[in-house]
Amino acid sequence: MSRQEPGWRELPRGAVSTKSTTEYETGDWGIEKPEIDRSKCTKCLLCHFYCPEGAIRVRDDGYTEVDLRHCKGCGICAEECPVKCIAMVRKK
Amino acid sequence: MKGQILMGLNGDEASAYATKQVNPDVVAAYPITPQTIIVERFSEYVADGEVETEFVAVESEHSALSSCVAAAAAGARAFTATAANGLALMWEITYIASSLRLPIVMAVANRALSGPINIHNDHSDSMGARDSGWIQIYCENSQEVYDASIAAWRIGEHPDVQLPVMVCLDGFTLSHTMENVLTLPDEAVRTFVGERKFIRVRGQSGETELRLNPEAPLTFGPLDLQDYYFEHKMQQVDAMEQALVAIPEVDAEYAKVSGREYGFIHPYMMEDAEVAVMGLGSTMGTVRHVVDQLREEGVKAGLLKLRVFRPFPSKELVKMVGDLPILGVLDKSASFGAPGGPLYEEVKTAFYDEAERPLIAGYIHGLGGRDTSPDLIRGVFESLLGVYERGEVRDKVSYVGVRQ
Repeated sequence: MSRQEPGWRELPRGAVSTKSTTEYETGDWGIEKPEIDRSKCTKCLLCHFYCPEGAIRVRDDGYTEVDLRHCKGCGICAEECPVKCIAMVRKK
Repeated sequence: MKGQILMGLNGDEASAYATKQVNPDVVAAYPITPQTIIVERFSEYVADGEVETEFVAVESEHSALSSCVAAAAAGARAFTATAANGLALMWEITYIASSLRLPIVMAVANRALSGPINIHNDHSDSMGARDSGWIQIYCENSQEVYDASIAAWRIGEHPDVQLPVMVCLDGFTLSHTMENVLTLPDEAVRTFVGERKFIRVRGQSGETELRLNPEAPLTFGPLDLQDYYFEHKMQQVDAMEQALVAIPEVDAEYAKVSGREYGFIHPYMMEDAEVAVMGLGSTMGTVRHVVDQLREEGVKAGLLKLRVFRPFPSKELVKMVGDLPILGVLDKSASFGAPGGPLYEEVKTAFYDEAERPLIAGYIHGLGGRDTSPDLIRGVFESLLGVYERGEVRDKVSYVGVRQ
């Protein structure tokens, strides 16, 4: 344990996080990542709603985009996509 | 104090009536004997529009306390009630409520834990939860249930404390026995409890109140591993230490409103006592009766009623015992394989480092609601007088009232 971690008197009570979960980057956990073929995408947004990490954003043009800093590569988006435009590919 | 009304209430009704006057935001509860009257009465108050409470009829005790955790995290005052196996089903959530520092109030109508199945009073349920980080108040009668059910909010919500509170009342002996209870006017209760106050914490979006608020989001119940968990447990240890300071403050304020004074330990005839019995809850009424009888017979008997078991008031206990030579400790629960009952162990630990300490003997009684009669208590005093004469404790722990 590093010395710069705060002691119990300094930490907020209730064990609430001092950092936002957006600062915890979980994108390097998985071995695969989703790739979206936008030529087949119907903008149904199911991947956005099904993503358990909230790592699939909706762009201004209505297409979705994967935030690879947080995507754990679970593949739920690819599984749920009704037109099968998401492929899970192995990370290099 | 002026304006108080004398009502005939059993312990459960006293809990429900006090809680009605507090008017909490959320009550989530599941019925279980001998607690059921509390939530039954309270649901009537809701149906009759006498409170503004959101009543959540859940499908289990696990859900009852989970709902209270969520409500309290959102900033609500949340109340629930349970007993025995209901408390057992709440187990994992009891630890979560205290670690998230949520000042929930819960009435526990003490009942023996199954099995074999039994609905009657002992303290095995709440004693099993003694390490869960909740403040525990044990009541002797319905009046104490009423008063504790009001004071509990202020104790739990005290800015230095921020812990959940169990108000323990003996099943049937108190829960179902009607007694005279002096009740405060609604307005006095509402003024006393006031609005729930929040401590401020440094969260992910800066300093804010410790409650869920979309304007200033907080993460409650995050993963807490080797690097932080111990620090958060230290904060709970500290909160219990702070409660030893906060409880007398709240009790003093409540005494001003009600005229009824409470402390950690209530002594009776202790000034010149040569032999005394210590214990929790309704049994102490019987002990007081026996002390009176023994005093008439010339025996210098006394008693110490412990009202607050968590935090355990060690210093107060040592002070009150003074130079008493013999102390008997009554436990209404067994800790299988342990050196003695839970209270006996705490008492002995409190005295270990004291140069002057009494001889201490433990007596486990009343399991599963077995009657603790005045004769049985008299037997405990006779046993203690034997210790006095011999000058030594032969049986550290005795099981009294059980067939051999």
